[in-house]
Parts: sequence; structure tokens; C-alpha cells
Amino acid sequence: MNDGMSHGVNGTNTTGGLNRADGTARRYHAAVWDEPLIMEQGAPGRRGTVPPGPMEGAGGGDPLPAGVRRTTPPDLPEAAEPDVLRHYLRLSQQTMGMVGISLFGTCTMKYNPRVNELLAARDQVAEVHPHQDDGSIQGLLEIVHRFDLMLRELSGMGRFVFQAGGGAAAAYLHACVTRAYHESRGELAQRRDVITTAQAHPCNPATAAAAGFNVITLPVERDGHPSLEALRAVVSDRTASLMINNPDDMGIYNPHIKQWVDIVHEAGGLCFYDHANFNGVMGRIKAAELGFDACMFMLHKTFGVPKGGGGPAVGAYGCTPELERFLPGPLVVQTDSGYERRENPEGIGRVREFLGNLPQVVKAYSWLLAMGADGIREAADISVLANNYMEARLLAVPGVTKSFDHLTLRRLEMTRFSLGEYTEQTGVTAVDVQNRMTDFGVDAFWLSHEPWIVPEPFTPEAGEGWSLEDIDYWIDVLAYVMEEGRTSPAMVKSAPHNQVVAQIDGSSLDDPSRWATTWRAYQRKNAQRANAAGR
Amino acid sequence: MTEAPPQAPPARPASLGVIVNPIAGMGGRVGLHGTDGPALEAALRRGADAVAPYRARRALNRLRELAPGVPVLAAAGPMGGDHLTGEGWTVRTLPRSRTGPTTAADTRDAARAMVESGVSLLLFAGGDGTARDIVDVVGTAVPVLGVPSGVKMHSGVFATGPEAAGETAARYVADPARARCADAEVVDLAGDDLASAAPRMFGIARVPDARSSLQRAKAFTAGADDADLVALGREIAREMPADRLYLLGPGTTVAHVNAALGLQASRLGVDAVLDGRLLAADASEAELLSLLRRHPAATLVLGVVGGQGFLLGRGNQQISAAVLDAVGAGNIEILAARGKIAALDPPTLRIDVGDEHATAPITGYRKVRTGRGRSTVLRIVA
Repeated sequence: MNDGMSHGVNGTNTTGGLNRADGTARRYHAAVWDEPLIMEQGAPGRRGTVPPGPMEGAGGGDPLPAGVRRTTPPDLPEAAEPDVLRHYLRLSQQTMGMVGISLFGTCTMKYNPRVNELLAARDQVAEVHPHQDDGSIQGLLEIVHRFDLMLRELSGMGRFVFQAGGGAAAAYLHACVTRAYHESRGELAQRRDVITTAQAHPCNPATAAAAGFNVITLPVERDGHPSLEALRAVVSDRTASLMINNPDDMGIYNPHIKQWVDIVHEAGGLCFYDHANFNGVMGRIKAAELGFDACMFMLHKTFGVPKGGGGPAVGAYGCTPELERFLPGPLVVQTDSGYERRENPEGIGRVREFLGNLPQVVKAYSWLLAMGADGIREAADISVLANNYMEARLLAVPGVTKSFDHLTLRRLEMTRFSLGEYTEQTGVTAVDVQNRMTDFGVDAFWLSHEPWIVPEPFTPEAGEGWSLEDIDYWIDVLAYVMEEGRTSPAMVKSAPHNQVVAQIDGSSLDDPSRWATTWRAYQRKNAQRANAAGR
Repeated sequence: MTEAPPQAPPARPASLGVIVNPIAGMGGRVGLHGTDGPALEAALRRGADAVAPYRARRALNRLRELAPGVPVLAAAGPMGGDHLTGEGWTVRTLPRSRTGPTTAADTRDAARAMVESGVSLLLFAGGDGTARDIVDVVGTAVPVLGVPSGVKMHSGVFATGPEAAGETAARYVADPARARCADAEVVDLAGDDLASAAPRMFGIARVPDARSSLQRAKAFTAGADDADLVALGREIAREMPADRLYLLGPGTTVAHVNAALGLQASRLGVDAVLDGRLLAADASEAELLSLLRRHPAATLVLGVVGGQGFLLGRGNQQISAAVLDAVGAGNIEILAARGKIAALDPPTLRIDVGDEHATAPITGYRKVRTGRGRSTVLRIVA
């Protein structure tokens, strides 16, 4: 591409005159397959693999007992294997698929090293069965144990478990441990309150509520975090736990965190450190040294394991020795003869089956070994440096402001910006800018978990892995789109132009009569709408 | 509340009423607190530019892009028709029966004519004063939506910006029968002395639900306030012990408690409830004090008025220092939608009852309930 512009499907110029260092814009257009749903494909009698019948001498007849056999076959599409493969490959081509530049803040989008995928695909990991004898999976159990030791080193906690299938599941696990802890002391009926903050990840209040607690959310005050006075006003003998991120999603580190923990402890509550924003402080702080009783790491973001559509998640939950007896079993313990899985009699039960998503633990273990203690600290420092570089450049873009811009303290691994003034001037919103940026091969940025606090928010996170060129290109695209919003707002407001589909009306997601998560619901609700329209 | 309004569904095809208060907002940039009455002359003397027409056109341009051809009934001249020229509009302009500069009376005339013509939605550009004039006439018979253009905008009827107003209106007129509405408070500064004027509630409007224009992607919960408040109303109703007097303050938030009890709220006044029965609706200070003498065990349930976070002393003056004394500071429950709290800057609630002795125990950090089992803590200042 050397003419400085790219062309949409209809030949119109849709990426304008954005210049990269070499004077050209990246030409990008998503693949458009106009792919029907899999349920609308196939034909009767088409098959993929036809499994052989029971082996000779296996008893003959139907291998399934009559009681578990279907009387009518399932209503599934009948499609040939290559058709199915092509269908899903096409769908994958219609996404940006982590080949654009993704600075999706609060999610720490990292490169997932291929070597870790190869390790997790080895038979010793991929082909084991959870009901295998411990003696036959000693290597895997050793990895779990050694990784547990490494996370203890990073946090100061007494033991980690990997059963939770994500960060929110680990937060829920903490709420369950909190319940068990207070129950063991005969105080559960009285301790009903979980305290969190308006800028903590929403999974903290949500999981506390799911576990039956009342939730008290402290508002952010002028210093960029809730005040100690507000905390003192709500802490009481009803306090069950504090659940908090630090730094929060605005990149602001609460410097009074030790005092917070002390106040909650004095009242008899537990303190949980949601380490979703660990990237800026990896190897620099330990949750236990700050006084926390438990913490959570997200292996699928911080520890180089695929996240989102890239793979299943793991919320590694760790706690102090005092809380260990409440952890969900089985635990992996080292014995004189090796490693074994052992139930935890007082544990809260399962939050997921077996040991959790073990292939992801193997990848995270491999990632952490490769990084080393010094490497992980350096990565944290680079991610803070990269964010502060981004911040300096972004604040030079007319119309970009920073949340709580009166604070002089540096933000850590991300900063919450605002396009509020720009939107007021142009009518172009952060969502419009986000949509338009995807036309340049840049993944949609993250706005905010709490979009009602900072107007027209956006939160990029540079991390330690993206190159200077990538970060600069991302900023150039943002600056270009914002300028375009001033001169031709319609171009930005009607974006995206180079994606598979144009704008999607999200209102159906708020309308139970239209949303559909299954084929059956989709058919039923579409028919109802058609009937209603015909009346 | 998300239930359908009691009125019959709007006549088809969907149509839109448009009223522009051409002088709204002019006072703001020249340091006035509004453009009502004599303030207009002062604004003009200080060289104010027209704000509302410009912002109305931004909203209308967006609407035309998204809902081309929607029938529009516009107020006359600078109050509507003038801004709907050019291609893509199907406009009928109302005649004007008055002469001279436009005033609030023109706004009310136009609003009345629009209700009578059966418009599906009334889109207006102005501030709190305009909202008050319109809602005074249309009540909850027709949903209204404000293009934020005034100096004062404490009411809950405004979109987040002109384009957002155009988008929400377009979505609404696309299918008014299925579109959802919520109740919103109309709040305006009251008092003759502008410097000391404070927000008061003047009425309740129906407003199209704009939640999906807030944000896509990971967070969909920003507009879930209504469901939270319905659940909170039920929780409080369930908690009410026998023989305890409940004084339910004004506003749409506290009205959810009345609704949970199956009682019609007076909404702009204070209602008294005992054992699920309504003892008094829209009670005066004297009535409240008399009830409190008979039932000393009492809880006062308060909502928050407008964007300035007034808890007491604005629109609920019947809750006097004497009433507060009788109830006791420990027996006050504060309810607020999360959205309303988010709009507070700084996150502080205010009381102005003029009696330090009665209000001192209420000030400081206090718990504010935002949903079932959900609360926050806010600083209360007198």
C-alpha cells in the first residue's frame, strides 16, 4: 500500500490520509463471508466422522443402556466435516482475532507465546483424564504445586488453588470462603456486609451479592479513591469482608491501603485483594505484606495465557494459612513419595470440577519460568512506563482529557481518559471514535466498567509487550479519527466502514423480547415479532 | 417504573412534536442562572448567543439521519419550524396565536396542541424552565425528551447531548408501542433571589428509556436503576415492622416503596404508612407532627432531589426541624438511584432545614440504599 489511503468494498476511501512512519496508512478490511448460521446449513444424511461400532467381544448390541438412549435424535444440523471447518474458519476471519493492535484496558491483552500452546498440547496435559490415578499424572501435579509456590512468592499467601474458571469465579470463591470463615466463628448471621469501591471491578459487588451478602459501595472522592472517613463510617461488627482492586481501573493507586486493611481487620472483617490490575505492580508489592487475607490473579491476562475468545480462563485464588482449611478441594500436596490430590474436609466444596483449567496453568507456569523474578518486575515497570508515555502523547491530542487530572501522582499501568469535552463540541462520542478506529485495523478500545463516573471514557492499556511503533500507530489513529470527527463527523458517526457489518443496534441486548442465546429462542422470538408486525 | 403508561397506545403512524425555546441557555455563558423573565434582557445586554436553536438542529440532524420522513409537528417559527427546513422532513407547523417575543405561554400553547394532535413523543430544546412549562401541560400523557440546552438542567428528562437526544428520539419513534419509558423528576430552581435559589421538584414526566445509547461492550448495567429501585422498594416494604410509622418522602425513588405496598404515592408530598395502610397522603407538617405524637416509633424514608443532591429543605419543607427531631436521626433511611448518585459532583448530599440542632446528627457520612442489599455511603452537609 503506497498511495496513502485504503479503499472500502465499494471503492470509496475510508481510511483517509492517516500516515504511518513510512507515509502510508495500513490498508485494512475485514473478510466478509456473509456466512449463514450453522443451523441453517447442511442437508439430511451428511456426516463427518462415522465412529465404528463396538469392538469384537465388547458385549455386542447397543453400547448405551436403553435408559440413557434418546427416543428422538437431537435437532442438529447435518454437515460434512470440511463444511463445518470452513464455516468456523470464515467466522474467525470475520473477527480482528488479535492480529490488530489491542490495547483493551483493564484486560491486559498480551501476546500468548506459541511455545506455551505447544506444551499444553502435549499428551501429558491434553490427553490425561481427571479420574486417572495420581501416580500416572505426577508431572502435571508437580507443575500445579510448583506454580502454587511461585504465586505464594509473588503474593506472600499460604496456598493457591486454580479451580475458579476466571476472575469473577475467584471473587465468588472468596465470598464463599468469607461465608465459611464467619460461620466457623458463629458470626455469619451478624456479618452481612461486604464493602467495595465504585472503581473496583464489578465482579466484587456482584459475587458478594450472589453469595448472599449486602454490598456497600464507597464512592470515589476528590483524591481519586474513597476516603478513610467513608470507610470508617460503614465498617462495623456487621462487616464480613473488604473486596477491592488497587490500582483501580483509572490507574490510581490508593496509598492508604494498609490503613484500610487495618480498619477492616480491627472490626473482624477479611480483606480480599482483586489483582486484576496486577500488571503494573508485579513483583513490586505482596498482598500479604499489605495485610490482605486473600488475593486473586488472572492467569488469562496477567500471566500470558490467552483470554476472551482465545481460551478458557483461570482465577488463581490464594489465601493465608488461617483460611486454607476453607479452600475448595482437591488440593495438590507434596508427600514423601511425590504429589497427590487431597480433599479438604472443611472446604467450601467445588466452584468448578477437578483442578480447574489445567492446560492454562501449564501455560502460565511456563510463562512465569521464562520471565523469572527479575523479568516479571521489569515487565511491570515497562507497562507503567509505556502507559505514562501513552498518557503524555494522548493528552497532547486536542479533546483528550484525563480523569481526576488535578492529581499529580503518576498513574500505573493504565489511565482513564475522557472525551467529554470533545463530544460536547462535536457530537462524536467515545463509542463513535472506537467504532471508527477499527477501520484502521485497531481493536476496539475499552471504555469503562463505570461509564457513568467519567464522561465519554476510554481506557487503553499499553502493557509491556506492544512495540513503540504499535503504541504510536494506535495513538496516531485515535488522533486522526478525532480530527476527522471535527471535519466530517458523519464519517465517524456512521463507522465502521471496513468491518464485516456496519453499526449494530445494541438495544436488543436490553430487550428480553428480542435477545436470543439459542437457536430455538431465536426462531421463536423472530416468529413472534413477525406475527406482531403482521397484525 | 417500567410498566406501560395507563394511556392508550399512541396513534399510528408515530409522530414527533418539536418545541425549541429559542432563548434557553443564553444566560449561562454570560454568568446568569437562567434566562427566565428579566434575565433575558440582561443576557442580551451581555451579548449572549442563541444556544438552544443550534443544539436543537444538531439533535434534529441526527434524528433525520436515523428516522428520515418521520412526521413532525413543530411549534411556529424560531420555536420549531425554522429549524426543520431543507430536505428530508415531513413537517406541519402549528400557527402562533400570540404576538411579540416568544414566552413561556407559547411553549405551553404548543405543548397543549401537540397533546391534542396525539404526537408520540415531544422533543424539546431548553432547560429546566422549559421542561417545567411543558410537563405542566402534558403531564405523563405524552413522553418528553429534552435536548440539553438550558442553563439549569437538574431534571431527569434530558439526553446526555444533542446527538444522543436525536438517537433516543429516533429509536423511540421507530416503534413507540414497544419502546420503554421511565418516570423522571422535573426539577427547577425555585426562589426569586437567583443567588440563593435551590432546586425543587415540580412534576413527573415520562421519558424514553435511553439506556442502550449509554454504552455497548462489556457494561450494560448503567441504566438498570429502575429494576434496582423496584427491588429496593419491595425490600423496604418487607422490612417494615408492625406498629411502626413510615413517613415516605416525595420523589420517584421513594414512590417505589408505595408501589411495593400497593399504595398510590402522592409523589410530590409526604405520605404516612402504618402496617401497610395509608394513614395520610401529602401530609402537612402539622399532620406529620400529630402522627408522630401518636406513633413515636417511626422511620423517615427520603429520596434525593435533582442534580445538586438535596435531601431536605427543597420541595419537602413539611419535613421540618421539629419533624426530624421527633423521628430521630437514627431512623432516617436514604434511598437514591445509582445514576443519580453518579451525577453528584462532589458525591455529597445537602440538607437545608435552617436548624443546626435538628440537622447536626444527620450530617457526616451516611449510608444511602441504592438497590436490594446494595448501598453506598455519602457525606451529608448542612
